[in-house]
Amino acid sequence: MPSVMLRRTEGGKLSLYVAKKDLEEIVETVEFETPEKWGGALTLADGSVFYVDPMPEPKLPITVKAKKM
Amino acid sequence: MTTMTREETDALIQEVLEVYPEDAKADRAKHLASNDQSAEKSSKCITSNRKSLPGVMTIRGCAYAGSKGVVWGPIKDMIHISHGPVGCGQYSRAGRRNYYVGTTGVNTFGTMNFTSDFQEKDIVFGGDKKLSKLIEEVEALFPLNKGISVQSECPIGLIGDDIEAVSKKAAAEFGKPVVPVRCEGFRGVSQSLGHHIANDAIRDHMLADVEKVEPGKYDVSIIGDYNIGGDAWSSRILLEEMGLNVVAQWSGDGTVAEMKNCPKVKLNLLHCYRSMNYISRFMEEKYGIPWIEYNFFGPTKIAESLRKIASFFDDEIKANAEKVIAKYQPLMQAVIDKYKARLEGKKVMLYVGGLRPRHVIGAYEDLGMEVVGTGYEFAHNDDYDRTMKEMGNATLLYDDVTGYELEEFVKKIKPDLIGSGIKEKYIFQKMGIPFRQMHSWDYSGPYHGYDGFAIFARDMDMAINSPTWSGMTAPWLKGSDAPAAKAVNE
Repeated sequence: MPSVMLRRTEGGKLSLYVAKKDLEEIVETVEFETPEKWGGALTLADGSVFYVDPMPEPKLPITVKAKKM
Repeated sequence: MTTMTREETDALIQEVLEVYPEDAKADRAKHLASNDQSAEKSSKCITSNRKSLPGVMTIRGCAYAGSKGVVWGPIKDMIHISHGPVGCGQYSRAGRRNYYVGTTGVNTFGTMNFTSDFQEKDIVFGGDKKLSKLIEEVEALFPLNKGISVQSECPIGLIGDDIEAVSKKAAAEFGKPVVPVRCEGFRGVSQSLGHHIANDAIRDHMLADVEKVEPGKYDVSIIGDYNIGGDAWSSRILLEEMGLNVVAQWSGDGTVAEMKNCPKVKLNLLHCYRSMNYISRFMEEKYGIPWIEYNFFGPTKIAESLRKIASFFDDEIKANAEKVIAKYQPLMQAVIDKYKARLEGKKVMLYVGGLRPRHVIGAYEDLGMEVVGTGYEFAHNDDYDRTMKEMGNATLLYDDVTGYELEEFVKKIKPDLIGSGIKEKYIFQKMGIPFRQMHSWDYSGPYHGYDGFAIFARDMDMAINSPTWSGMTAPWLKGSDAPAAKAVNE
């Protein structure tokens, strides 16, 4: 369960950053994207998938626990 | 303008790798690449931030170097104790030329060396008592210090001293921040982890109790500028000329008060991404302060960066940015007119750390020079992502290059100038190639900002066009019947 930081890049895209793994990647798709329920499986540009427990839409940037699928 | 094709570059890499045993060859091959601008992610063609191969000459530093030497060291009104044997502190003392104003030994301590000077008995019986005594002495002798950081050297981690407990007790006793930094040299693969540890220590001990304050309209901070030869000063004046209010400098010429000021800025300006992105990300999350990377090497990049910074502010700042760019334009044109004729078409190879392997490319291009090879000591993949866009196609990229590889690359590529560290300087100068030590600007500088560019151009001209290089062949070896000079190791 690494801690990942989600933030908006300068271009406005969602990016996921794992400091310990030296991974910074654009998030391509987010499973749930409603104001009440946000998160689920995040698919990255390199194809890997991280699972974040659904939560109300957060204020970015935010550090959350994520599970690598 | 690129002189080598991709095939030639790949062939060169293969040729240089030839001497290694099978395993080492496979490992090193991942760290050498020809640049491909079309690749979106560097991880597909170059591997970085891995353990150096045992037995090769790496040029990397250690975690202590990253923390004490880079991030904490320049904070001038704190005392940074090199906790452990005397050498680490002594050999890293003042070598990086982080300039500052103040009276050394009274209210600033940048060039001094504080160490607990471990002896055999401290290793055997532990050094905690010595550390607390040392902190007491420091307090008595230098009462104007604003805080103390304890920078661990290797033995502290090995013998398991509890520097956190000592620091906590001392902090309570003296009412000042006493920061234990677990930056033992053996941690991580290079100085890069030291930067991270140092950033985390700043987060936990300096910014933990700092609350968000309403930012001033034009408040910004300079992060990741270590004021080498005065770099941060020549950057700062440009921002101030634009009408921005620079409230903090991290960490060159920086103070504890400035660090604690940071949560009241509107925008964090990040120069060295590698060493300070961690704290910028933290401040973005905790205080909601956005951060941007900028580049103050060479007029083209400066103009680009000033506009980028101004875009975060109102029209007045945007207009001011244009005014600043216009004001310096003729001065910079004069510099370029003077030096471009002497430097045009010269090829440069770089091998440094942090931000320079990509940031200075623009400055060389402004002078009509071409960077044909670049590499980092301790970069991560995100640095190479940024580098690949800056470098020409099929140019050589080398990560954590070994002494042997760099020499061989230089022999084949024959650049007109090399920019690297002091350990490489004399090797290449003896090979007859002009060299600039690009870690601390070869005792020159500043190189940032418009003022810095004029100095940069002069220094590069001095190095390349020095009459010394015409005297490389002995007079009796000149002429048609002289035996050809032969390198000893060929």
